[in-house]
Amino acid sequence: MRHILSILIENEAGALARVVGLFAARAFNIDSLSVSTTEDTTMSRMTIVTHGSDDVIEQITKQLNKLIEVVKVVDLTDGYHIERELMLVKVRAAGKDRDEMKRLSDIFRGRILDVTDKSYTIELTGNSDKLDAFIAAIEPGTILETVRTGASGIGRGERILKI
Amino acid sequence: MSQETSPHGQPTLTHGQPHLTGAEIIMRCLAEEKVEFVFGYPGGAVLNIYDEIFKQDKFKHVLVRHEQAAVHAADAYSRSSQKIGVCLVTSGPGVTNAVTGIATAFMDSIPMVVISGQVPTHAIGQDAFQECDTVGITRPCVKHNFLVKDVKDLALTLKKAFYIASTGRPGPVLVDIPKDVTANKCAFEYPKEITMRSYSPAGKGHSGQIKKAVQLLLEAKRPMIYAGGGVVLNDASAQLTKLVRMLGAPCTNTLMGLGGFPASDPQFLGMLGMHGTYEANMAMQDCDVLLAVGARFDDRVIGNPGHFFRDGRKIIHIDIDPSSISKRVKVDVPIVGYVRDVLNEMISLIEASDKTPDAAALKSWWATVNEWQSKKCMVFKPTIGDGRIKPQAVVQALWNVTGGDAIITSDVGQHQMWAAQYYPFDKPRRWINSGGLGTMGVGIPYAMGAQLANPGATVACVTGEGSVQMCIQELSTCKQYNIPMKIINLNNRSLGMVRQWQEFFYGNRYAESYMNALPDFVKLAEAYGHVGMKIEKAGDVDGALREAFALKDRLVFMDFITDETENVFPMIPGGKGLSEMILAEDL
Repeated sequence: MRHILSILIENEAGALARVVGLFAARAFNIDSLSVSTTEDTTMSRMTIVTHGSDDVIEQITKQLNKLIEVVKVVDLTDGYHIERELMLVKVRAAGKDRDEMKRLSDIFRGRILDVTDKSYTIELTGNSDKLDAFIAAIEPGTILETVRTGASGIGRGERILKI
Repeated sequence: MSQETSPHGQPTLTHGQPHLTGAEIIMRCLAEEKVEFVFGYPGGAVLNIYDEIFKQDKFKHVLVRHEQAAVHAADAYSRSSQKIGVCLVTSGPGVTNAVTGIATAFMDSIPMVVISGQVPTHAIGQDAFQECDTVGITRPCVKHNFLVKDVKDLALTLKKAFYIASTGRPGPVLVDIPKDVTANKCAFEYPKEITMRSYSPAGKGHSGQIKKAVQLLLEAKRPMIYAGGGVVLNDASAQLTKLVRMLGAPCTNTLMGLGGFPASDPQFLGMLGMHGTYEANMAMQDCDVLLAVGARFDDRVIGNPGHFFRDGRKIIHIDIDPSSISKRVKVDVPIVGYVRDVLNEMISLIEASDKTPDAAALKSWWATVNEWQSKKCMVFKPTIGDGRIKPQAVVQALWNVTGGDAIITSDVGQHQMWAAQYYPFDKPRRWINSGGLGTMGVGIPYAMGAQLANPGATVACVTGEGSVQMCIQELSTCKQYNIPMKIINLNNRSLGMVRQWQEFFYGNRYAESYMNALPDFVKLAEAYGHVGMKIEKAGDVDGALREAFALKDRLVFMDFITDETENVFPMIPGGKGLSEMILAEDL
């Protein structure tokens, strides 16, 4: 099953390498990983999307907690949460496809950031499923390039991950 | 020597405190930690540190012949004394040589601080001479590591290193210190206490879970206690022994836990696992309540977890490391905490309880256990005819000659298993071996560390002619520091454990497991300034051992030419379950 882990970690050199190294060494999966500092610059917040059986997720959580620099780990999928991912996609947009591409982008609430005679660069945010759906909706041959940030997640309502 | 200066490198006074160099600060920190020995090897990046070592007399530096041995010796110093082992190596090859030692200590959760030199901060990343990415290389095999980029962080980092190494589940911590940091100066202050928001080792075990565990154990019909290295590391032998006797249950130790429960106690079933006793392994399978204490159900202990599963058996697991619990085996009552505290709480609960263990059920359980014991799985064929030496008999004779009270180190292989099987330990910290990583070559440096930590003790290294050659150069260190260990070389002219597997599972195709062109170990020992003995007849074993151990102040290398056809039994083939043992009598 897919899980979204939110991690508070000391903003120190090598901390990211420890997390990634742990996943590699123990054969855990990383579907996506996004990380940046928080409002407190001594700390980073990381969102890891992973998948595995309940036993595997339990081990991942325990092993992450064992890392000396990890302050807190929360499995966002344990409760209500919000998840967003940003995608930039450059598509072929020429001739009759041009209008269709614009319409499709509007339907997915995308924003066109850059235009040439032959292409659009579209910004799209949403949960990862929505981005997948957009990719599926357009003809594979029209995609020139995609770049995705991986999901960021946060708990709903009063659910807060902080020290 | 580098000429870097630092912005805060002025030898001025602030608040009356003199500014010290990084190297001086390291000396002060080690003194604050009451370090007695530093095992190390000098090199370019640590020259400033060595210059300060030259000027101080708070600790003794032990110069090894290879960095791997420095780490092993520091590791055994810790294993045999409960103190933190400290070693010091230079950058680049100094560190890479140390990696085997660090990984060995990591697998067995040994508290240790490794200080490594690094090229100056401005040279990092420039592929400088003797540069390597030390924190990167060691990251997967340390509990934690640090690169100190500023001398102002040095004292706090070393404090953290000692704190992290020795608390929670212990482990090695490496501190990488660039050369300019050892030259730069700042005011020195060593923090007395330390708290880290990201690190809080587990506290007390959950009292509700502990109650549940006690209740299960008191109601058990066929209780079994399985104790590992955590009992030794947390000095919980007295508590374990008391609890086992209160419960009247059988008890087994893992390879790492030997001595954690006295082997001479009638409730002890011997070691369990791949080469464990028939009775210990059978009792693990057939008990109805299993109490695991500071052990981790690893592959060499329970074999295939699928085969280990038994419907209805309840498992209680006490461990300091939550990730050890329910990793390979699902448990019913997990208890995270220091095993000594948890055992103490269990003992108090039993003392306060009006319930007692079910005597009738225990009686019939012991009858079953006794039946398993009557198989006498540890009996080996005695010497016949030509008087070839049985390796097991050498270990038994060693036990007799040392009164069962020596510190025994071992290398890795058949001899290691025979030492574990035939030298029963009544006390913890007497059995020093590489259980997790299985590192050949640890034997001699382990004996060095153990002897330095316990100057009055009798220390013997049970090894084989394969393993012993992996750190043989340390015979030179032993000469320099007059370490009077006795080396029991069970020489079967082959890599015995490899050969055993080839005999059982590879159709007797002995690929590269034969040790050709062995040195003359007697001459080799003599060349290093020690005493060498060669023993070839079974009848000479006892006398030779007595003669060697009478030489109290000499290292004696005893080369026993043993029966090369001997194998280690019982044995659970890889991938099989605990009740699928091969016994000597089956063959």
